[in-house]
Amino acid sequence: MATTLNKKDLVNIFIRSNFLLGSFNFERMQAIGFCVSMLPALRKLYKGQDLADAMKRHLEFFNTQPFLATPIMGIVAAMEEKRANGADISDATLSGVKVGLIGPLAGVGDPIFWGTLRPVLAALGAGIALTGSILGPILFFVLFNAIRLATNWYGVMYGYNKGTELVEEVGGNKMRYLTEGSSVLGLLVMGALVAKWTTVNMPLVLSSYTNSQGEQVVTTVQTILDSLLPGMVPLLMTFACMYLLKKGVNPLIIIIGLFALGIAGYAVGLFA
Amino acid sequence: MTTIQFILLIIVAAVAGMGSVLDEAQFHRPLVACTLVGLVLGDITTGIILGGTLEMLALGWMNVGAAMAPDAALASVISTILVIVGHQSIGAGIALAVPLAAAGQVLTIFVRTITVFFQHLADKFAADGNGFGIEMCHLGGLLLQAIRVAVPAAIVALVAGTDTVNAMLASIPEVITRGLQVSGGFIVVVGYAMVINMMNAKSLMPYFFLGFLIAVFTNVNLIGFGAIGLICAYFHIKGLQRDLAAQAAGPAKSGDPLDDIDDSDLM
Repeated sequence: MATTLNKKDLVNIFIRSNFLLGSFNFERMQAIGFCVSMLPALRKLYKGQDLADAMKRHLEFFNTQPFLATPIMGIVAAMEEKRANGADISDATLSGVKVGLIGPLAGVGDPIFWGTLRPVLAALGAGIALTGSILGPILFFVLFNAIRLATNWYGVMYGYNKGTELVEEVGGNKMRYLTEGSSVLGLLVMGALVAKWTTVNMPLVLSSYTNSQGEQVVTTVQTILDSLLPGMVPLLMTFACMYLLKKGVNPLIIIIGLFALGIAGYAVGLFA
Repeated sequence: MTTIQFILLIIVAAVAGMGSVLDEAQFHRPLVACTLVGLVLGDITTGIILGGTLEMLALGWMNVGAAMAPDAALASVISTILVIVGHQSIGAGIALAVPLAAAGQVLTIFVRTITVFFQHLADKFAADGNGFGIEMCHLGGLLLQAIRVAVPAAIVALVAGTDTVNAMLASIPEVITRGLQVSGGFIVVVGYAMVINMMNAKSLMPYFFLGFLIAVFTNVNLIGFGAIGLICAYFHIKGLQRDLAAQAAGPAKSGDPLDDIDDSDLM
């Protein structure tokens, strides 16, 4: 039975790709989601026992950055199409392509989407939202989803058209440029946020005297710190958090610890 | 709260719950979830401001690999209900959000464990070639995530605003509420630290310090930082291209030692 996939099947895969993580579980993670995303293609290509085997094939462990799962779906669709039409593609080959791509694509996708795109757009949106303007949430939601949907759409199409050729591209330099470039942007913005969007005020008075002009001169911990490097305290706090997180401390424990520090600091007059 | 508001609230909570596992459209992020809860409860401005504040706190909460982040969905939905219906301050909302995020995390880990059952059910359907059955397993997992946020939200919506809850919230001493406000100024660093750690790029840290220094000594806004970041990324990639090309050319290129002197130094 010679069948080919058409655009409609690929559109179906794209639509389903938006629900990849729906049944995420700790055993095989995105496995059901991947299988369900591939079903439109599998149903068209196979019948009977072949279809059952194909479903089983795609219920194996799968986990990657969700937006970059789409090129894998495209590649697998292309490979399954060839296989259904008689090409000699074994289960091991298909599985190998999937397993070989999930790691590298997560390695590219995590810093780009979770490390850069979302925090940068969310910070931009949150900054506007703090003034009470609806533009903040809208800006974040629309921009993020436009980029996400475009990624999912082109991911499926590009993966299908390129097929296994793409496997080499993922390991190539282009991906490295993309990852490092977005990390540069993300880290620069994080640096800016540490300075701009934190407030630490230490009004503890160290000395107070009246100068020759008869003006009161008050030196607090904060004025000394500001004369050295404004934003130094949040910077040091950031490094402390990075250290604790690397040690495996749960972020919520650190947040609760900082709350305790704030309450204790306020109670003794260190913070205001 | 009217019946229609209550129903809409449950729908928003369910969508946020589904969003928390899907991580696609971002309905679970505070910026979106708090705004929608505010809209439903008739005080969208409070929802937006609380959403913006919570979003900064949750900036680094992400699901990478198999690791679970604190749960933004439950924290956003319930803290917004308590702030708007229970007439609490934004600061109190932030403080309430933290234990809620921990509770949400426990609930989502629970659901993701139960969903293993659907995984095995899907295997059985696959053996029969029953695609519809697999689709239902997928939907089952998704619905559990919706319920996980919708049910607690419904319970809180029913008790919030009652005298008992208001009295409880009002009995928090001032040193705690003011202290929480103070902490709100720097608690966001945890999120920044999570993002920086996730990038795991020690060699790129100079760009972090560049961003920090520009922010400390100038008034550049976030759009400006985005533009500066893009320019830095451009030059960084150019440099990387040169390095990789030089590596590819290999050490074979060692002719006249005079060639190694960079001409630009002489100009």
